[in-house]
Amino acid sequence: MGRYVARRLLLTIPVLIGASFLIFAMVYALPGDPIRALGGDRPLAPAVVAQLRDEYNLDDPLVVQYAKYVGDLLQGDFGTDFRGREVLDTIEQRLPVTIQLAVVAILFEAVIGIIAGVLAGIRRNGFLDNVVLVSSTIVVSVPILVLAFVAQFVFGLQLGWFPISGIGEGWYSFVLPGLVLAAGSLAYVARLTRTSVAENMRADYVRTAKAKGLPRRTVIVRHTLRNSLIPVVTFIGADIGTLMGGAIVTESVFNLPGIGRAIFDAVRAQEGAVVVGIVTLMVFFFIFFNLVVDVLYAVLDPRIRYD
Amino acid sequence: MKLSKRTAALIATGLSGVMVLSACGGGDDEGSSSADGGSFSIYIGEPENPLMPGNTNETEGGQVLDSLFTGLVQYDPETNEAAFTGVAESIESDDQTTWTVKLNDGWTFHDGSPVNAQSFVDAWNYTAYSPNAQGNSYFFANIVGYGDLQAPEAGGDPVATEMSGLRVVDDLTFEVTLSSPYAQWPTTVGYTAFFPLPPAFFDDPAAFGEQPIGNGPFQAVEPFVPGQGVTLTRYEDFAGDEPAKAESVEYRVYVEQDTAYTDLQGGSLDIMDTLPPDAIASAESEFGDRYIETAQGDITSLGFPTYDQRFADPNVRKAFSMAIDRQAISDAIFNGTRTPATSFISPVVPGYREGACEACELNVEEANSLLDAAGFDRSQPVDLWFNAGAGHDAWMEAVGNQLRENLGVEYQLRGDLPQAEFLPLKDAKGMTGPFRDAWIMDYPVAENFLGPLYSSVALPPAGSNYTFYSNPQFDQLLQQGNAAASDDEAVAAYQAAEDVLIADLPSAPLFYRLNQGAHSENVDNVIIDAFGRIDAAAVEVVS
Repeated sequence: MGRYVARRLLLTIPVLIGASFLIFAMVYALPGDPIRALGGDRPLAPAVVAQLRDEYNLDDPLVVQYAKYVGDLLQGDFGTDFRGREVLDTIEQRLPVTIQLAVVAILFEAVIGIIAGVLAGIRRNGFLDNVVLVSSTIVVSVPILVLAFVAQFVFGLQLGWFPISGIGEGWYSFVLPGLVLAAGSLAYVARLTRTSVAENMRADYVRTAKAKGLPRRTVIVRHTLRNSLIPVVTFIGADIGTLMGGAIVTESVFNLPGIGRAIFDAVRAQEGAVVVGIVTLMVFFFIFFNLVVDVLYAVLDPRIRYD
Repeated sequence: MKLSKRTAALIATGLSGVMVLSACGGGDDEGSSSADGGSFSIYIGEPENPLMPGNTNETEGGQVLDSLFTGLVQYDPETNEAAFTGVAESIESDDQTTWTVKLNDGWTFHDGSPVNAQSFVDAWNYTAYSPNAQGNSYFFANIVGYGDLQAPEAGGDPVATEMSGLRVVDDLTFEVTLSSPYAQWPTTVGYTAFFPLPPAFFDDPAAFGEQPIGNGPFQAVEPFVPGQGVTLTRYEDFAGDEPAKAESVEYRVYVEQDTAYTDLQGGSLDIMDTLPPDAIASAESEFGDRYIETAQGDITSLGFPTYDQRFADPNVRKAFSMAIDRQAISDAIFNGTRTPATSFISPVVPGYREGACEACELNVEEANSLLDAAGFDRSQPVDLWFNAGAGHDAWMEAVGNQLRENLGVEYQLRGDLPQAEFLPLKDAKGMTGPFRDAWIMDYPVAENFLGPLYSSVALPPAGSNYTFYSNPQFDQLLQQGNAAASDDEAVAAYQAAEDVLIADLPSAPLFYRLNQGAHSENVDNVIIDAFGRIDAAAVEVVS
């Protein structure tokens, strides 16, 4: 197991190098002149433009720019955005917000999603199954932007149960955005769990367990659920990776200064160093949580071995 | 293999635990405490630059700096004239070229250091020096010696670090020599770029950019947090006539205006100086006397590519201008919140003449006969250019529809390039048809609406003369206005210059915008000036 994990972690190095170069190349390939856009309708003084282009190596060819970037990176310098702010500072400030939002969302997603799925799955076509089916279909079909504005208007402005925006009230500020962010995945987790549970309820080993006279609770929790969770864990694992990349819409509507907004702004301003720094970090998260998922498989399914 | 399973579970939880913990550190926020009743909050968008006077040329950062600094002169929010209520006691000159600036005694920066002549001279030299890459560098281009501070090539060193046109006479006096006479110069120095800087700035400009030390009515006791904002507190030793009324002001950064507006409705935000487009129709009835509408010092025009064969004839340009019903567009698209422009100069500055531009009024018949006389080929569609993603689609389409209806010319919207591509194209004479041209004034002087947009020295890439209009007579009248000994003389010359523009019509003036804002019941005396800024010091907290 340890060797397996070590090998997987080592493999991330070439992936990260490749990914960062690709992202760097994509930002480089964006048309337009970012320094020209800095000045707006009134152009900056020519010598200032030259100075900025030189500072950010914008006149070098792609490979040279990338080499300079990696060179700085190896000395621990992640570069700066066009405002002169360190990329590392930006990550340090914004990542906690994104993590808090992701944690809340994942909690909703896993807890509500799995419970709803199990309840629906153990009684197929029962009342609860239909409730879950209908409600999850509705949630999945509403765009998150609409969901966010409606939730903010109803629960934030009219009822006043949650803060309308911002992170001023600690974890509580993240409840409403977390729920909105989780909604789509939550419905998906419920459906996935339901199908999986319903299928396993008819499996031979469950029938055997029932025949042995095991209590119903033990049959469901120990035997059915555990086997049903593999696809769900895969999905949630991949979702964590996605959520760590920030949720641009949710962060914007609820005015949460997270990583998603930072990437969005940086792409728009064509700030190569910022985009590469943050996205590479996200790639790492994604790989990492996939590794966690793979390791979890072995826990859930004794037939899976990595040694 | 029980062991393996347990190990696996431990590794999995351990790994993710470490990740979450390590990243979560320091994630707590301070929280907003607004208990003492003396504080209020203002909406801003994310400032584009660090909060340095020399590097802030947009409204968001400008608004914050305006509370932190007081310049040599200040602009009267009613008349938009420069008033000596700032640091300067007087700014005088005999020849409109060499200006003597005398400062009031007793002004201090928030760190206690005195505001003296050196504070201004050092700040201006720093901003002008090209290796410092300050966005506002060009504001000093008319001071003698500016060229010596520009590096001949990127990464190179300029000849000098100080402009020879700046000279400290004594602690409270300095002398500025301009490269050519400019009678309006004292009016320009109220702008952000001209604010003084304390010695602490030069020790660590980057730190200063996050937590500026100014001389204004409010001081920053904590750094600005990108994406969130900053809370400023009243500076008790403020030397100006009007210290801040409230104890503190929070500038809160929002990405979505809609979110800020919902906060305003919910009472958790106090002031917005701009409203989301959807809210404009209902805001007035919803907020009643807490709805604010004031004139803005700007102009939106339809620029013509004078370098393009089709638009080289002034009569063609006049015909296009006369075919646009400005009021109808204002009503249909902007709920009547754009004032039709009938001059190249904004109504907020001295020298504005209503109805100066005859070709700015709708006159379909005249337009068609002008177009016929010019032999304009109506079978070819015209391109209408604007930058993407900034909400210009609807009104540009309305312009196009009117051209089609009134002139029988088909149009094609060319609005899919973002600024980063659109601006270089404008610089490179790439406009194949009329384009959106907008300008917000830097200082309330008629010249600011003429020189930077239409003079020969302002041709791209150095300036904003995107129509590539060039007329020696116009340039000369502008010079005459700049050198005029009295304000009346200056205004007369600027108006004569404007008449040249009206005859040539390099662009069709379309609208002046209005500032639209609203505030909560928590505050009163909210004034939005012609720059779109709120005078934070004047705001009173009532509840």
